[in-house]
Amino acid sequence: MAKAHVYKRDHVNTDEIIPARYLNTDDVAELALHCMEDLDTEFMAKHQAGDVIVCGDDFGCGSSREHAVWAIQGANIGVVIAHSFARIFYRNCINCGFYPIELHGALDKINDGDELEIDYKAGTIDNKTQGTKIEFTPLPDFALEIVNDGGLLDHIKNKK
Amino acid sequence: MSMTITEKILARAAGKERVAAGELINAQVDMIMCHDVTTPPAISMLKEKGIDKVFDPEKIVVTPDHFQPAKDIKSAELHKRLDTWAKEKKLPYYYKIGRAGVCHALLPEQGHIRPGEVIVGGDSHTCTYGAFGAFSTGIGSTDLAAAIATGILWFKVPESMKFVLTGSLSKGVYSKDVVLEVIRRIGTDGALYKAMEFVGPALKEMSMAARMTITNMAIEAGGKNGIIGFDETTKRYLDGRLKGKTDYTVFESDVDAVYSHEDTIDCSSLEPMVAFPNLPSNGKPISECAGEAMDQCYIGSCTNGRIEDFRIAAGIIKGKEVAIRTIIVPTTPRIWKQAIDEGLAEIFYDAGCVVSAPTCGACLGGFMGILAEGEKCVSTTNRNFVGRMGSPKSGVYLASPATAAASAVEGQLTDPRKYL
Repeated sequence: MAKAHVYKRDHVNTDEIIPARYLNTDDVAELALHCMEDLDTEFMAKHQAGDVIVCGDDFGCGSSREHAVWAIQGANIGVVIAHSFARIFYRNCINCGFYPIELHGALDKINDGDELEIDYKAGTIDNKTQGTKIEFTPLPDFALEIVNDGGLLDHIKNKK
Repeated sequence: MSMTITEKILARAAGKERVAAGELINAQVDMIMCHDVTTPPAISMLKEKGIDKVFDPEKIVVTPDHFQPAKDIKSAELHKRLDTWAKEKKLPYYYKIGRAGVCHALLPEQGHIRPGEVIVGGDSHTCTYGAFGAFSTGIGSTDLAAAIATGILWFKVPESMKFVLTGSLSKGVYSKDVVLEVIRRIGTDGALYKAMEFVGPALKEMSMAARMTITNMAIEAGGKNGIIGFDETTKRYLDGRLKGKTDYTVFESDVDAVYSHEDTIDCSSLEPMVAFPNLPSNGKPISECAGEAMDQCYIGSCTNGRIEDFRIAAGIIKGKEVAIRTIIVPTTPRIWKQAIDEGLAEIFYDAGCVVSAPTCGACLGGFMGILAEGEKCVSTTNRNFVGRMGSPKSGVYLASPATAAASAVEGQLTDPRKYL
């Protein structure tokens, strides 16, 4: 079961997810050490593998740095749920084989610490803590194909 | 059916008669911009997947800029990877340190940006090139790797928003103030996934540098691309400058093209704007915020680090002593030399400013002007997110070069019009 880490914030940007002072490396393990550092310095200490980040609108706005997705993946975050995502970040997620869940009103439906079980195929989130079932629109087929192939480059290779 | 300029360019790149907003297309990429932060990972990915091919060396421009000259061992390693790859692939447009500059200033200056083309770059401010009537957008490292290898990327054709710039800018008000006003109105996600098309008589009076300041910040409203149609000013800039292919196709929006949003900005009524921390949409007119104390002034970046910007700043700073530390960063070697040849560097030296070599550096909190806790910086850059230029407890105030220069002189946010 995955635990929700809720930030009642819009526009959580790539500078908060992975500050540019760490962009002198693309080593995923190293980037992961600083995941979400400028938003929450405690984040890396308190989360467990598979946990979920929940935010408001425009998550991942700002830079095109894919390092933001790598830091989140490297920190073993299972999924990010947001009301909406910034365009480049969203595309980078798919290209890295990381599933972004777009869910309007997520901040009203999920509280910090809630235990969630996610069915990606069905497009449902079972909020075990609140005893509620939340529906989301699954990724469109072409994006899902890329995610299931493990990212864009493997997808291109598989197609050949 | 009618189409916007963005739709026409994407239709051409997809080999289609027409495309409509929302349609998924595979587009042929005409130009790829590569820099030192996002390209080395793309190179590694390609190597790891056993993909050795570069689709067309003529269509790739490489310049280290974010951390150049290398700020530490790790960034030196990034530069080394970029350098090795560019040499191995014999890329003809590799700008080595000494010729390298801030990418979005360098590529247009060196004649790599053509109207009507599809341009991508591993940097969110790649939208800058839309000032030339091109479709240009920022991508991440994986897309960059795919583009380098195949020359093809998928796109969802964006809906277009139209911003009509009427009137004309009054003295002391610049294109930076216009774009800060646009972002103030629609918010940092007001143009999410969309094309921002700028039209209107006020644009006619703007130089290519001024136009690039506007399209540069399309991403700060969440836009996929910013775009301005071709005219005489564009032509004058391009004539004799283009490298390689010198012909290009000019597209323009049909008069009955469909827009999801239309807004008019009366440029005559604008005053200098300052965007307060921590969002570019926190714009305030200078009359409401003058007097706020600053610790640093930064004039540079892909938004406002071109020669015109330094002329404006020097005009205000000339003969005065700056009250706060003031960092001047010409964005390309040519601009750096121009600043010296035109006597601007001397003006800055006399006033107590520091003039650095071209780099993105402090704009993104890299180096060469990092802020300490509690410090405030008036900056001609494009982002003022938490920790953008240093400590998460510092603040960035976005403004035009004129406002930044006047604020440097007084050590507080200052209306530049009193110095003009």
